[in-house]
Amino acid sequence: MSAPTPVAAERPVNQPPTSEKVRRHDEGTGKLAAILLSPTMLVLGLVVLFPIISALRESLYQPGGVDPETGFVTEGDTFVGLDNYTAIFTGDTADRFWNAFYNTTFFTVTCVVLETILGVAMALVMHKAFRGRAVVRASILVPWAIPTVVSALLWKWIFQADGAANAIIGRQVLWSTEGWQSVASVIIADTWKTAPFIGLLVLAGLQTIPNEVYEAAKVDGASVFQQFRMITLPLVKPALLVAVLFRMLDTLRIFDLPFVLVGPHKDSVETLSMLAYDEAFNTRYGPAAAYATVLFIYVAVVAFAFVKLLGADVIGDAAVRKPKKKKKGDSAPPGVGAAGLGGLTAGGGV
Amino acid sequence: MAVASSLVLLASACGGDEEAGGGATTGGALEGRGPITFATGKDTSGFLPAQVSAWNSQHPEEKVTVVELPESADGQRQQMVQASQNKQDSFSVLNLDVVWTAEFAANRWVEEIPRDSFPSLSAAIPATIKTAEYRGKLYAVPITSDGGMLYYRKDLLTKAGVQPPATWAEMATACQKVQALPEGKGMGCYAGQFEKYEGLTVNFSEAINGAGGVVVGEDGKPNVDTPEALAGLEFLVNAFKSGAIPKAAITYKEEEGRRAFQDGKLLFHRQWPYQYALASKTDGSSKVVGKFAVAPLPGLNGPGVSTLGGHNYAISAFAKNKASAADFIKFMASEERQSANLQASSQAPAWASLYDDTALQAKFPYLTPLKASIEKAQPRPAVVKYGDVTAAIQEAAYDALTEKKQPKQALTDLQTKLSSLITQ
Repeated sequence: MSAPTPVAAERPVNQPPTSEKVRRHDEGTGKLAAILLSPTMLVLGLVVLFPIISALRESLYQPGGVDPETGFVTEGDTFVGLDNYTAIFTGDTADRFWNAFYNTTFFTVTCVVLETILGVAMALVMHKAFRGRAVVRASILVPWAIPTVVSALLWKWIFQADGAANAIIGRQVLWSTEGWQSVASVIIADTWKTAPFIGLLVLAGLQTIPNEVYEAAKVDGASVFQQFRMITLPLVKPALLVAVLFRMLDTLRIFDLPFVLVGPHKDSVETLSMLAYDEAFNTRYGPAAAYATVLFIYVAVVAFAFVKLLGADVIGDAAVRKPKKKKKGDSAPPGVGAAGLGGLTAGGGV
Repeated sequence: MAVASSLVLLASACGGDEEAGGGATTGGALEGRGPITFATGKDTSGFLPAQVSAWNSQHPEEKVTVVELPESADGQRQQMVQASQNKQDSFSVLNLDVVWTAEFAANRWVEEIPRDSFPSLSAAIPATIKTAEYRGKLYAVPITSDGGMLYYRKDLLTKAGVQPPATWAEMATACQKVQALPEGKGMGCYAGQFEKYEGLTVNFSEAINGAGGVVVGEDGKPNVDTPEALAGLEFLVNAFKSGAIPKAAITYKEEEGRRAFQDGKLLFHRQWPYQYALASKTDGSSKVVGKFAVAPLPGLNGPGVSTLGGHNYAISAFAKNKASAADFIKFMASEERQSANLQASSQAPAWASLYDDTALQAKFPYLTPLKASIEKAQPRPAVVKYGDVTAAIQEAAYDALTEKKQPKQALTDLQTKLSSLITQ
């Protein structure tokens, strides 16, 4: 949206009277673009911008307390400034917050690493041409198609005291109790469910690698491992990074799996989203919004750092294209920059 | 993506704004006649439509529409809270869980009930009325009740030559005798609901009340750091330590425990009445058909004390047709409707005399011990911040049962926590 505006603004200064036609033509394009984009912007403003601002505002308020005289709750919210935020970082709640922060981070790192390894392995298997490939592809994707809550219930059934997991390992582990076992159960269930997602995106990446490259490598005498390291990995990297980024953002807000599989108020698996839920559940929307905002900032920072450090092509693409556009003037076809993004979103939606 | 994560919470957060504008709702007269809605949890018995159509055929001008809320209690409460905060009249009559009374009353989301105009109140078991009160005033009408009972293996007790226990010590002795039998070898003695959820609050309160202690006293102040409460908690902790309660019971909710009892793995089981019919099913799902019976819960020095469950009907403060709503509640609270509901859904009624009906007793053999259980039962704390209070109780109980904290320490910490939460 911001790109056309400076261009239009600069024009008159550079060549004021002469090229009226061009200017009009330009202005028309800008206006048309603005008109065409306005529904999108309106929708984005409604579903993204408004809730964010509303939540930020909400996080500065606190609900009324119980009047000791009458026993009734005082009506109306009071403005408390940043009190909800400072409350998160002081006293008992601080311990709870940092524990949840650690759990969230731990789940994200562990799950995403495991899912990436398994997902890439799945993609390599699915990519091979063999009999029954369609069946294998479909079966690998089944876990991804199951809603998280349902898969959490399935795993809860497996992990109960007299469940399948204990029958297989031959001793009684109480999976839903505090400790490493509940953490492990969440990691297993999450990996099972979402490794196929990474597999799917990596598979899409693999299919874009031309066979000729591998043939050339074979002619040059490259081993299978060398082919994987020098050809497959670099060429599949853009798709893989996007998949990993999506999974990271997803796992940072993990909620339903530990909530259903292990249960609320369990220190071992309590995550940041669960803290926000807990506050909202007890009708303290201000503190809940404060937790949600802290989580939002954390997620944003992680996403930004990931993109900067590893150069995932999510917004990098658009950033690179902007200066190019300026050099070439208006000739760059509109939508090229957006094409990458559009492709990504489609991938994410699967 | 990141944004989407917070969206769900934010959307629900918006509801809070509305509170600022509106004025207080005036209590008193229940006026207005016309169609009303009845918000209730998912009707698992399938009998509710029959009840409602009985009303609708008599009152064509004041038809009731049932709004089915989710099956989970949390989901029901969430929808009712949301509608109340937005001052919507979408739910006229609310089917409230007994522990929500204080929250709904203190927020003035439900109307005060004039006691004189509800005749069913005098016929209800007095304990059930306590669950509908907040600060001495009545805000709902008891419809169903619930109390814990001790399910025991009649066959094994008879074989070992022991009577159903009235105290925890008798229960332990009985269990040792049964375990000495070849059939009772390796059997678990006792279990209740010990997973970290509402059921733990119920079982913890029962242990404490059964030893003569309280969680929250009559004056509404927490008083849990007492020798009596400690004796109650230690009964549970020691039973876990000695193995009398199987280790797996720390993961038991109602259903896990029921499976264990039905598989013949438990001698004694603290459970709600609903298990009776399921454990008596002859389709092969239960191995204890005809082999079990129920008794009131045992306590430290005599019969124990159950925690009250059940549901009360309340009138939304934002309803248009409050007179119709009140009449509908009277209708549902009547002896005829409660009897019909008991027969069709086997939910324990609030109406006292139904428990003494011989025809009903023949159908539900547990009615007599259940009535004894409910009459002596204690409500859970009637506090506005019930969600926080029950979470604190669960935390303390779970820490003690899993030996993360000494029982004494857990109770001292709980007392501190409750004192900061209950400031009314």
